[in-house]
Amino acid sequence: MREYFVELSGYLITLTVALYTFECFLLFRLRQKKQRSACCIRQICLILISQFLCFFTLYCKSGNRNYLFFYLYVQLFLIMVMVLTPLLYRSVNRLLLHNMCMLLGLGFVILSRLSLARALRQFVIAAAGFLLGLGLPAVFLRLKFEYRRYLPFALLGIGVLSAVLLLGKLTRGSKLSLSFLNLTFQPSEAVKLLFIFFLAAALYQDISLKRVFFTAILAACHVAVLAASRDLGSALIFFVGFVILVFLATGSFLYLGLGVLGGCISAVSAYFLFDHVRVRVLAFREPFTYIDDQSYQITQSLFAIGSGSWFGTGLFNGRPEDIPDVITDFIFSAVCEELGVICGICLMLICLSCFAAMMRAGTELKDTFAGLAVMGYGVIYIFQVFLTVGGGIKFIPLTGVTLPFISYGGSSVLASVLMFMLIQSLIIKEREGGRVRVEKKKRTETRKEN
Amino acid sequence: MWKKRNVQKRGRKTNRALPVLSFFALLFVCMMGYLVYFVAVNEKALLNNSYNSRQKLLASQNTRGTIFAADGTVLAYTDTAADGTETRIYPYGEVFAHVIGYSTYGKTGVEEQANYYLLHSNAPLSLRALNERIGAKNPGDNVYTTLDVELQEAAHKALEGSSGAVIVTEVDTGKILAMVSMPDYDPNRIEEIWPELMEEEGSGILVNRAFQGLYPPGSTFKILTALEYIRENPQTWQEYTYTCNGYYEENGSRINCYHGSRHGEVGFEEAFARSCNAAFADIGARLEREDFAHTLEELYFNRELPTAFPAAQGRVEAPEDLSADEMLQTAIGQGRTQMSPLQLNMITAAAANGGILYTPYVVDRVVNCEGTVVRQFRPSACGRGMSVEESGILTSLMRKVVEEGTGRGLSGLSYTAAGKTGSAEYGKVKGDSHAWFTGFAPAEEPEICITVIVEGAGSGSDAAVPIARKVLDAYFN
Repeated sequence: MREYFVELSGYLITLTVALYTFECFLLFRLRQKKQRSACCIRQICLILISQFLCFFTLYCKSGNRNYLFFYLYVQLFLIMVMVLTPLLYRSVNRLLLHNMCMLLGLGFVILSRLSLARALRQFVIAAAGFLLGLGLPAVFLRLKFEYRRYLPFALLGIGVLSAVLLLGKLTRGSKLSLSFLNLTFQPSEAVKLLFIFFLAAALYQDISLKRVFFTAILAACHVAVLAASRDLGSALIFFVGFVILVFLATGSFLYLGLGVLGGCISAVSAYFLFDHVRVRVLAFREPFTYIDDQSYQITQSLFAIGSGSWFGTGLFNGRPEDIPDVITDFIFSAVCEELGVICGICLMLICLSCFAAMMRAGTELKDTFAGLAVMGYGVIYIFQVFLTVGGGIKFIPLTGVTLPFISYGGSSVLASVLMFMLIQSLIIKEREGGRVRVEKKKRTETRKEN
Repeated sequence: MWKKRNVQKRGRKTNRALPVLSFFALLFVCMMGYLVYFVAVNEKALLNNSYNSRQKLLASQNTRGTIFAADGTVLAYTDTAADGTETRIYPYGEVFAHVIGYSTYGKTGVEEQANYYLLHSNAPLSLRALNERIGAKNPGDNVYTTLDVELQEAAHKALEGSSGAVIVTEVDTGKILAMVSMPDYDPNRIEEIWPELMEEEGSGILVNRAFQGLYPPGSTFKILTALEYIRENPQTWQEYTYTCNGYYEENGSRINCYHGSRHGEVGFEEAFARSCNAAFADIGARLEREDFAHTLEELYFNRELPTAFPAAQGRVEAPEDLSADEMLQTAIGQGRTQMSPLQLNMITAAAANGGILYTPYVVDRVVNCEGTVVRQFRPSACGRGMSVEESGILTSLMRKVVEEGTGRGLSGLSYTAAGKTGSAEYGKVKGDSHAWFTGFAPAEEPEICITVIVEGAGSGSDAAVPIARKVLDAYFN
């Protein structure tokens, strides 16, 4: 019986994930409230079904009961996120919320397949991040002081990154993390959030040449400090975030062209400046020539994807652990191997639907600052997905950044959850901000009357 | 998905967001397309890479499948001893050595080409569930080849003792019926003889000469020179005459006929049938070089053959930039021209079947342990080498070769054959030559196509034709 379940669930997982992906794009088209909420309920069901299939397969194949306990925690958490949040905040963006749960859930599945202990750690951090993030909309709704200032955000960001450069721990030639009380952080993940706030604040009112120029200098400081720490993946994300946000704020194709030109020049100079960039380009161009050295990682990733084929080998039937650093840098290849390439493609589409939802929410917001910030987050999010997925399948050279929500890494998952909650806060503030003000007014009026 | 209302109200902002959104959407679509393409194209090749640990994983889950001949005779199977050790057994020993290959110390032949299928199991779910419960391995999928045991044995016997290759294919499908390469080895003993084989690397025992051997085509190349002449002179080629004094001379370059024979006055058909070098040097000098280069490219010279197994690429110097002397050499199949027996066989089959080049293949179908077909391979054409008329003319030319020319060793039999011999000179010593024969039978309604090369054996009529005859006899009797 068990064997039949495992065999069948391989295909059912693909089916549920594919249906879920379809619902993501359907939700964009639906206008009527009834249809939309039906679609939302279907999405929640599909998430829960796919989670059940995955975890039960893990349990069947390993015989380890801990998977069942972990499954219960994860389900309680996901249900809480999907049910509690809309109850607290009526106008929360359901698609983004569901996608976050789907991606987190898929991440817990594949991580616990690779290492249950690490998956548990990831789960605790994600849950903490969510509880923290749940308070964010409330804070934003009641925020009194003017937070749309760019200098403090920029200086704070540059300061933190510089601290990493000076005090940071060296991992494989790059300075990425800070240790504090036995805990290790990658502050560049958090600075990403600040960085977009800084850009949005700098450009939402004033798009004069002088302001753009000044913003460019501050942004360049971020990128330069990151490049000095040899964290080129993050440097690239910051740079692209800046160029596109300037375009979104000004609408000037000239700036965009200048940005692209600058990007090309820096890419070429990075190629000549840094050995590890050259190594990665070499591994990208001729992976099978240097298979036992420079391109070992990428070829192992390709083997994993190839052996997974369309429907995957099934959980615990593949060997994703053969890829070095699979849980951080190559988690997408692990998904393709054990859950199938169709699942992998659905994953890309889900990420793309997140991006589309953010861009749409960004254009609909009346507050230009919030609009820019939401779109900016969308851009750095999708670009990061592009870098890690494209690198893993040898579409582009490797950069070694994480896949948001799925890759292992406390800072990464924390920053991703907070980013999504920040976006929600900005959306909720616009929709419900008026209502809060009205209620407050009423309250003060009634108090006066009394 | 963009509300009209918003477009009007916030037109400016939407206009900026849309290009960004479309850009990333396009990027992702390209990436997904690439992923699909990558998996579809490379899935099977990736598994065969020795750095891929999944081969071992699959081998530990499934027992390697069996390889069958077309009639169901077992050509390779895995024997599992009581203690679980597995041995790969090849019942016919060296007879199928190169075509089936081996699967220890890397893989070759069908063992390599069908490795993906042999390692995977499509056994019914009930059986797999049972095996999982009792901890047994699943039976890997089995592979049926296109090979004919009788023909293969005949070819092997005929070529034994010499160096060279024989390849027999079905004319209008490209199915490989037999394929022998000499010298050979016993795949059952590959582990024992491995150190020896590695020591005498120069002997090339492991090389499959039919697919990977490159030889000067010698007079068999006259098929191509003749084809080009007919193509350029469709009305007048029959009027061609030449008086052969045993050599052709032009601007100090000299082409001799084989062993200095003088053919006297010959027409086109006779020059072909008697393989007159002087006449073909003269024909070669008259060809339009650019057109000739184009014809040769269509026949897969300087191009990769579209086969599923590794095959050597035929080489010919682009006739445009050849000196007059080199052009004469090319026209009679000497000079720097090289081709594999496989390519010559494809071209011969095209001459027999009305001009179509079929991709040669050896794996016919993959079945699961219960015989249900998992994958069926079908004949596929990979180009039109010549028109129906041209192939008809070549067939009649090749019939003449057997009736009254250098291929007379095949005349007067229960079947009619057609073909072309060749004696390809190689090395520095004058007179050392590889013996070629390429042809098909029956001449009226061709069924099979055979190509023979015997290394250093002398003339095609003496050394290659008898071998072809033995194989054809085995097929028709």
